[in-house]
Amino acid sequence: MERIPVLRMGSLLLITIQVDMHDKLALQLQDDVTERISDWGSTGVLIDISSLEIVDSFIGRMLANIAAMSRVLGADTVVVGMQPAVAITLVELGMSLPGVRTALSVEAGMELLFGSVPGTQSGSGDERPQA
Amino acid sequence: MSVLKRELMPLKSSSDVVLARQKVRQWAIELRFSLVDQTKLVTAASELARNALDHGKGGQMSIEHVANGAKTGLRLVFEDQGPGIPDIEQALKDGFTTGAGMGLGLGGSKRLVNEFSIESEVGKGTRIAVVRWK
Repeated sequence: MERIPVLRMGSLLLITIQVDMHDKLALQLQDDVTERISDWGSTGVLIDISSLEIVDSFIGRMLANIAAMSRVLGADTVVVGMQPAVAITLVELGMSLPGVRTALSVEAGMELLFGSVPGTQSGSGDERPQA
Repeated sequence: MSVLKRELMPLKSSSDVVLARQKVRQWAIELRFSLVDQTKLVTAASELARNALDHGKGGQMSIEHVANGAKTGLRLVFEDQGPGIPDIEQALKDGFTTGAGMGLGLGGSKRLVNEFSIESEVGKGTRIAVVRWK
């Protein structure tokens, strides 16, 4: 069955959405992420949506659900890489993704998580102070 | 308003919604809409196609290159033979939902286009037409 890969990096889960998801695939991802957090004791979830050409209310809701479910399971979620046209459209649609932390790049997202996830090894060499 | 070109797409499954999005993107690129306008059209199409599928039990989308005088644009018409919408005004309000969604589908997609019309008859079905001009 078609699935979006959920990669484990230490205490982080890394998810890169690279396909135009149909609704069932989005729901499957929601289940997979919660299961992985529970299996691996992950404390951070980073979702890269830089390849997504649209985020409609369904995908927006999925991102919000993942963030909420992860929080309940003890993990922080950051959504990174949203394209500007997607952001404009999403806000006009009426969705500003409340409760979902976002960052412009994977690196910035990692930084957000490193600030709140103790025990994660930083390999970015970024010298800016942590958020 | 005259129709220069038209294509019909079935909306019977969630993979048809993906195909509908891709087709709208392709047409919006051909008509040289800006990236933001393409994104708005594709997002509106996604909302309305899912709407026809989830609430209308499936239907079809007609994608049309339209012209009005010197203006050209893209019109999308979604038709289903589902249960219809008893209270259209309420259905257009943000946050109103009978399904599992956020209730942003109709009101939200209306904000993404220039023209939006909806006809619905209880027991017969729903027809939603949207236009975005270039």
